[in-house]
Amino acid sequence: MRQGRRLFILTFLVPPLLLYAIFVISPYLQTFQIASTNWGGLTPDYQVVGLENFRRLIHDRQVWNALGHNAILLVVLPIATIGLGLFFASMLSVGGQGGRAGIRGVRGAALYRIVYFFPQVLSVALIGVLWREMYAPNSGLVNGALRAVGLGSLAHPWLGDPTLAFWAVLVVMIWSNVGFYVVLFSAAMQSIPRDIYEAAALDGAERGATLRRITIPLLWDTIQVAWVYLAIAALDGFAIFQIITDGGPGYSSDVIGLRQYSTAFGESHFGYASAMGVAMFFLTLSIVVPFLRLTRRDRIEL
Amino acid sequence: MTDHLTRRGLLRATSAAAIGSLAAGTLGACAMGGSDSKSTDAKGQQSAQNPLGVKEDAPLEVVIFNGGFGEDYAKSQEAMYKQRFPKAEIKHSATQEISKTLQPRFVDGSPPDVIDNSGAGQIDFNSLVSQNALADLAPLLDAPSIDDPKVKVRDTILGGVLPVGTYDATTLALNYTYTVYGIWYSEKLLTEKGWQYPKTWDEMIALCKTIKASGISPWTYQGKHPRYMSWPILSAAAKLAGPDVLLAIDNLEPNAWKHDAVKTAADAYYQLAVDGFILPGSEGMDHIQSQTEWCRGKAAFISCGSWLENEQKAVTPADFKMAVAPTPSLTAGDKLPFAAIRGTGGEPFIVPAKAKNLRGGLEYLRVMLSKKAAADFTQKVSSLTCVKGAADGLTLSTGLTSVTKAIDASGTDTFNWIYNSYYRKLERNLVDAACGDLFTKRITPAEFVLRCQQGADSIAKDDTIKKYKRS
Repeated sequence: MRQGRRLFILTFLVPPLLLYAIFVISPYLQTFQIASTNWGGLTPDYQVVGLENFRRLIHDRQVWNALGHNAILLVVLPIATIGLGLFFASMLSVGGQGGRAGIRGVRGAALYRIVYFFPQVLSVALIGVLWREMYAPNSGLVNGALRAVGLGSLAHPWLGDPTLAFWAVLVVMIWSNVGFYVVLFSAAMQSIPRDIYEAAALDGAERGATLRRITIPLLWDTIQVAWVYLAIAALDGFAIFQIITDGGPGYSSDVIGLRQYSTAFGESHFGYASAMGVAMFFLTLSIVVPFLRLTRRDRIEL
Repeated sequence: MTDHLTRRGLLRATSAAAIGSLAAGTLGACAMGGSDSKSTDAKGQQSAQNPLGVKEDAPLEVVIFNGGFGEDYAKSQEAMYKQRFPKAEIKHSATQEISKTLQPRFVDGSPPDVIDNSGAGQIDFNSLVSQNALADLAPLLDAPSIDDPKVKVRDTILGGVLPVGTYDATTLALNYTYTVYGIWYSEKLLTEKGWQYPKTWDEMIALCKTIKASGISPWTYQGKHPRYMSWPILSAAAKLAGPDVLLAIDNLEPNAWKHDAVKTAADAYYQLAVDGFILPGSEGMDHIQSQTEWCRGKAAFISCGSWLENEQKAVTPADFKMAVAPTPSLTAGDKLPFAAIRGTGGEPFIVPAKAKNLRGGLEYLRVMLSKKAAADFTQKVSSLTCVKGAADGLTLSTGLTSVTKAIDASGTDTFNWIYNSYYRKLERNLVDAACGDLFTKRITPAEFVLRCQQGADSIAKDDTIKKYKRS
């Protein structure tokens, strides 16, 4: 009996674990090995160069430039996305005029919820191409809209200006992420008992206070998860930046994923690119782990 | 420890086993490829008909860059190969991402037999060459040509083309197209307005004033790829002080970019930005967007190579009359005449050193270099090939006609630089960024020259990049 059960479980466990090992763990391990070589990626030949790639990494101005952009993303992307997500979610769930019907969302909440989710349905590639055209200086929608409402002086060649290109893409990242977090937070809010809000309303709490004192503490677990997801997205950002600006003008919107990619596939320095990957692995770990520790709070039982 | 079965215990045990077996296998079967086993390439009987000794029934795999020229021309060239070797099976594929698609196959030691290594996603030539991944094309170049067995293939190719694919005296890439780089305009626009293409830079500036006054922007450029504007600068510099300026740049000589001629040329073109002669918003457009604005008549001049006509085919008005001209002379005492223009090989075809059918790959290039294949290419994609006289007698499009006129006028004064294929990053990233800053007036011409020099110096210093010299 026990034998049979064991066999049964093993048949289900082994294939996924094997796939995981082959396609996830093994590339990770190999990256560590490749990072210590000067492998060029076109022949099986390479020399072991030890820590040379990492020494180079420390002095590489372009890598630091890209990391700097990721650092900005790391701060701005989660704050802006979670902030907007929470705001929209609470408006949709509890933001309506408190009337006889009790606590509910603003009028048309169901429609908004769907509209916010739209970008999530599009693939990153599509979003990238779409916004590249939207930002086009003369034919693009952004400048067109600005000109149409008489704000032509605000029209810019968005992606052609090194001081704006990065921020223009950051806006796209926020735009494309918010919808998901609106839905996530809305779902989490459903589990907060209505009577808590009603009690708060009876006590005369404003919307701001309700958000700060009730919603955020009760959603803390979800927010924390959102933060980790967004932090990881901020450390990557490769796809959207590659499609919209490809790091330009110059290196003004470069991110580390893009640097790694062009080092490997553009310049054929796979060893060096792997070293960047290893560095990023430890950087990601050292950001996420302490964050999870710091934000650990006791769960509030309802 | 009890014999009790727990989920956690099982997971731990199985994953440990999986990782263990994997760690053992990692080094054997990793991304970096297995043992370096050189498979013997297919070889057949050599004869007058088959000078390269192609094995008749060996399959041939061709990978084409699916860019400005599409892939149709390749299909008809493959048919021509098939005609010579009916038993050979030909595998054709086309992609825009040569490097991503083929890099694993190079590592694996099973690359295709012919690759059109072009486009933004091309495999870096410096790496291919320094890792000995390419076959020497000498046997092909010394073989008799298809059209006339008394003439070697080498002698059927236009001058200035082979050096582009030659690294340390070994020719490793065949640049199939003959590309002219110049300033493009609509002949219809100029005739209608009674304007004349300027022969000197002073005339250019004067004409720009007139054009601007008429409500059209005199210039636009491929803003997101500003390196397109480094071409007229280098051309003008080479014409001012002679092509040795370019030789020094290609050979990464110290202070090559700081040559007075480069500075003078940068000053001249910077004037376009200073005087507001560039279509507003150009810096935010990619090459297609800006070239399309130009086709719509929003700007009069644009710098580009002769692929422009084919690239813009879909949006060019029928009576546009696209034409190319050399860069205007900067001074009356320029070393090269006004007609001198940059002509060079483009669209590099390679045969990997480890190709299974290496001889077939070389033979395929020999077929491509026949007049029939070259003429077919020219008609299909409105672009010249490197084959001498292959376009004679063909009816050419207006743009291409102006290209051939420009080549004839330039004659032996035709010049070229190849630092961009030696050191891709130098042009694609470093000079590119400097151009972007120059034409948006974020830096001065003096700073531009300095930035380019710093870029060249950083390449020269980088010992992971192999250096090449030409003479």
